[in-house]
Amino acid sequence: MKNIIYKIICLLSGCFILASCRKADVPIPTKTNHVTTADPTSKVKGFYVLNEGNMNMNRASLDFMDYTTGNYNLNIYNQINPDVTKGLGDVGNDIGIYGSKIYVVVNVSNKVEILNARTGKRISLITIANCRYVTFHNGKAYVSAYLGTVGDPKAPNGAVNEIDTATLQITRKVTVGRQPEEMAIVGEKLYVANSGGYSPPNYERTVSVIDLASFTELKRIDVAINLDRLKADKYGDIYVTSRGDYYNIPSKLFVIDTKTDQVKKTFDFGVSNLWIDDDIAYMYNFEFNYNTGKNTTNYIMLNVKDETVMNSKFITDGTDAQIKVPYGIAVNPVTKEVLVTDAKNYLTPGTLYSFSPGGKKEWSVTAGDIPAHFAFAY
Amino acid sequence: MMIAGFNLFSSTLFAQKADSSKRDNDTVKTHTLKEVAVRAGRISSRNTSATPLQMLKGAELEKLNSLSVADAIRFFSGVQLKDYGGIGGLKTINVRSLGANHVAVFYDGIEFGNAQNGQVDLGKFSLDNIDEIDLYNAQKSNIFQPAKGFASGSAIYLMAKQPHFEPGTNANGKVSLKAGGMGLVNPSLLLNYKLGDSIYSSLSAELTHANGKYKFRYTNGVYDTTAIRQNGDISAQRVELGLFGKMQDSCKWAVKGYLYNSERGLPRAAVSNRFESDQRQRDRNIFVQSTYNKTFDTRYSLMLSAKYSNDYTSYLDPETTTTRGLLNDKYYEHELYFSAANKYSINSFWDISLAADYQWNKLNATENDSAKYRFVSPRRHTILTVAATDLHFKHFNLQANILGTFVKDNVDTLVAAGKKTAYTPALLFSWQPTDNPDLRIRGFYKSIFRLPTFNDLYYTFIGNSLLRPEYTKQFDVGFTYNKTLHQHTLVYFAVQADAYYNQVRDKIVAIPGQDLERWIMFNLGKVHIKGLEINGQATWQVATSVFINTGISYTHQKAVDVTDPTEPDVYNQQIPYTPVNSGSVLIGAEWKKLSFNYSYIYIGERYDLGAHIPANYVKPFYTHDAGFTYTTNYNKHKLKGTIEINNVLNQYNDVVTNFPLPGRNYRFTISSTF
Repeated sequence: MKNIIYKIICLLSGCFILASCRKADVPIPTKTNHVTTADPTSKVKGFYVLNEGNMNMNRASLDFMDYTTGNYNLNIYNQINPDVTKGLGDVGNDIGIYGSKIYVVVNVSNKVEILNARTGKRISLITIANCRYVTFHNGKAYVSAYLGTVGDPKAPNGAVNEIDTATLQITRKVTVGRQPEEMAIVGEKLYVANSGGYSPPNYERTVSVIDLASFTELKRIDVAINLDRLKADKYGDIYVTSRGDYYNIPSKLFVIDTKTDQVKKTFDFGVSNLWIDDDIAYMYNFEFNYNTGKNTTNYIMLNVKDETVMNSKFITDGTDAQIKVPYGIAVNPVTKEVLVTDAKNYLTPGTLYSFSPGGKKEWSVTAGDIPAHFAFAY
Repeated sequence: MMIAGFNLFSSTLFAQKADSSKRDNDTVKTHTLKEVAVRAGRISSRNTSATPLQMLKGAELEKLNSLSVADAIRFFSGVQLKDYGGIGGLKTINVRSLGANHVAVFYDGIEFGNAQNGQVDLGKFSLDNIDEIDLYNAQKSNIFQPAKGFASGSAIYLMAKQPHFEPGTNANGKVSLKAGGMGLVNPSLLLNYKLGDSIYSSLSAELTHANGKYKFRYTNGVYDTTAIRQNGDISAQRVELGLFGKMQDSCKWAVKGYLYNSERGLPRAAVSNRFESDQRQRDRNIFVQSTYNKTFDTRYSLMLSAKYSNDYTSYLDPETTTTRGLLNDKYYEHELYFSAANKYSINSFWDISLAADYQWNKLNATENDSAKYRFVSPRRHTILTVAATDLHFKHFNLQANILGTFVKDNVDTLVAAGKKTAYTPALLFSWQPTDNPDLRIRGFYKSIFRLPTFNDLYYTFIGNSLLRPEYTKQFDVGFTYNKTLHQHTLVYFAVQADAYYNQVRDKIVAIPGQDLERWIMFNLGKVHIKGLEINGQATWQVATSVFINTGISYTHQKAVDVTDPTEPDVYNQQIPYTPVNSGSVLIGAEWKKLSFNYSYIYIGERYDLGAHIPANYVKPFYTHDAGFTYTTNYNKHKLKGTIEINNVLNQYNDVVTNFPLPGRNYRFTISSTF
């Protein structure tokens, strides 16, 4: 018997040796890359980039570009908040800074993370099922969510939640159209794009208008099917995109005049994402054609003052040929540098490009998975 | 009776079928060294197959701590199991990094397919009724088989237990009850009845019920969270009825009816702030299949096979509310299959075969019991024909075949995928370089493809009907060596080692469409795979009545993505979820009525996405399982009790990121023959 036990021990110990080469568990480290000249006097201190991460991978991540040092800090959340179970979460869908706080909307994780805008440290967490976008007004944050009530077969509509930015509690909630996406506030009215994406081909085709004082839906403006992006310019106009049905109905861009709450102009081209800075809307369109089996990309600049397409481009040095899947866009409000992200194949870390106002690439850096959303810090 | 056709395999290669672990239990006590030597010395088909063959069978299979076929297949080399966790979690395998869609699963000789997504959930196959699991790289090293047998990158053969009667009896059976962790209760019944001298019947039925709750843990060294997995419950029923006939004129036939029905929770990816879901899945698989086998004279043999299957799957997602209520997708799939295989022996060393298969598939889908948006109800006609030749001399065996595949899809609306025609070859050899039959050299080349599945081509938004087939090329060379030693302690050992090189081109991958929920399928990926596999088995006699069987497998594999040189993060990097090193150890010991079984599985470090960055790093996975069995006879009944301890060291792992596997858990089995 001794012989057997000896042999078994030998074999087992062999297995344990193999087993012992596991690394210790540590929070995912931050990586710092120096990308441009430090500007300690920069009026805009820097910006946060929210990387969406692939669904079910739990790989949403937060980066910070620090203009004062010229450093790009990749994946800062886990080092600053190592005690948060499984980190920032699954599919970061929007980010905004209001006052001294950052609001990060993490879609599949059903949460809005509220962080200190200076340190990135978590202050609080609000659970909102299937939350999508955030916007701010008068001490309140507004968060859209695909469903107002989850699990009720008779409640397909979405909602906008109001959060008091002082108490960080949900104060009010209003039901809007099905699967609401982006929002903007003009005056005392909130505009939200309804998509209806859960019930194709029965998409929604309206923008809901919410009166902020009573927090009720005043009306719905008929626009086009499957609305998505919605941004306000400084002239009281709302720019809203329709994704079409991906097959026969093409995607388009619409302008709503908030004085009349009616569509005043239609552009017969699609827009996947846009950023309005001052008088210019910076836009791109990335679209798959099911008939040709090909993707096409367009970069467009539009003057929002007179609603005309400009002749100029915001990428002029040919870098656009390297961008496989444009995904995020933002413009530095002071320097007018244009930031564009490439999500590549969604499965590899994306790239962030910074272009001069003249459209020349200044620097680029590897970001997280699907770099998508920006918030500037002052 | 074995699967039709298997018996007719050239008799020199087939004299074996005996495995070192196979023994009648009533002789356990009376083993002598000589008997062991004789038994072990018979050449196993593992050693003579021209294509690498790994097998688990009989008592060896019974002793593994395994509930399903998926659990057992983990022990094979070159295999990656994707396990979503728990008893009801999806389990698929990928052999030599070709991809899960390149593995064909055959149940009693006929393919168990899935035209919708091309993947078979091996967690559905209970080991209760399985006698043998074989895994062949490329194909079974036998030219006399249906054309389907030639049509995949690798093949798993599952063989159900066959009725066997002692002289003078006409009925026997077995009852068994398994219970254990995750609220598992799993009673089963096997009943064999002799209907006549040449007609046997067999009934196998099983219930599986589990609440699916188990502890899991995640930590990064700072947070340390333990929770209980929810929504992993399953309730499943399986009934199989078999009829087996053996006629005077050497003709054999078999008919099998199969019913599987289940209702289960679909646990979601455990992500931050959200560990659980409410999604439910229902499955119902029904099939009837039949084989007929006849040797007309010493030269000509015929094998006929037929199958009809009817599959239904329903998914309910209470977290998605549409205008028609909570999202409920239902899929209905039908398959008809016929095959005729012919073999003709031209002379004593040359056989040729011709086989033709026809298959018809249809998929329907509804959403909330109405037509699913833009769903095209695809139908597919597939004709497979193969011509094969087998030259077998005393020291050398050469097999070659060419497979013709002809596919046509029809759809209701929109554009159907075009007709596809392809001719793909395979070449296999096995060579005994000396007069000593212990050592054999083998090798193969095979070119084969997998067709785009119905989901790849037609799924709303995602499907792309312009897809081409995904091609693979496999090259393999290896040797097998086995030795019976007439000495104490080490009685027998066998080694199989293979080096291989595979290429995958036009790999069907999902790439981004408009947004994260809209991916489109493209023929884009290119993967090169270099690997080395070593398997060894040994039988030891350490005391007069103490036998130890050991098995070891090791895989070294470099599978790199060579799709796009402009993407340095992933180009030439190991593909996701593929470890460079992996292996397993099996140790079984027997002493009188007691047997002990220990198994260990190691999967080296790997990355869950293409870029090798810390965020994508997955730690090595390893698990130790142990089992004790006590067997005794009581009034002609063989009674058996087993205690299994799985994940002995209580290590928490994910095989698929964010789908946690259980920690330490126990399982108890009692069974009795009658």
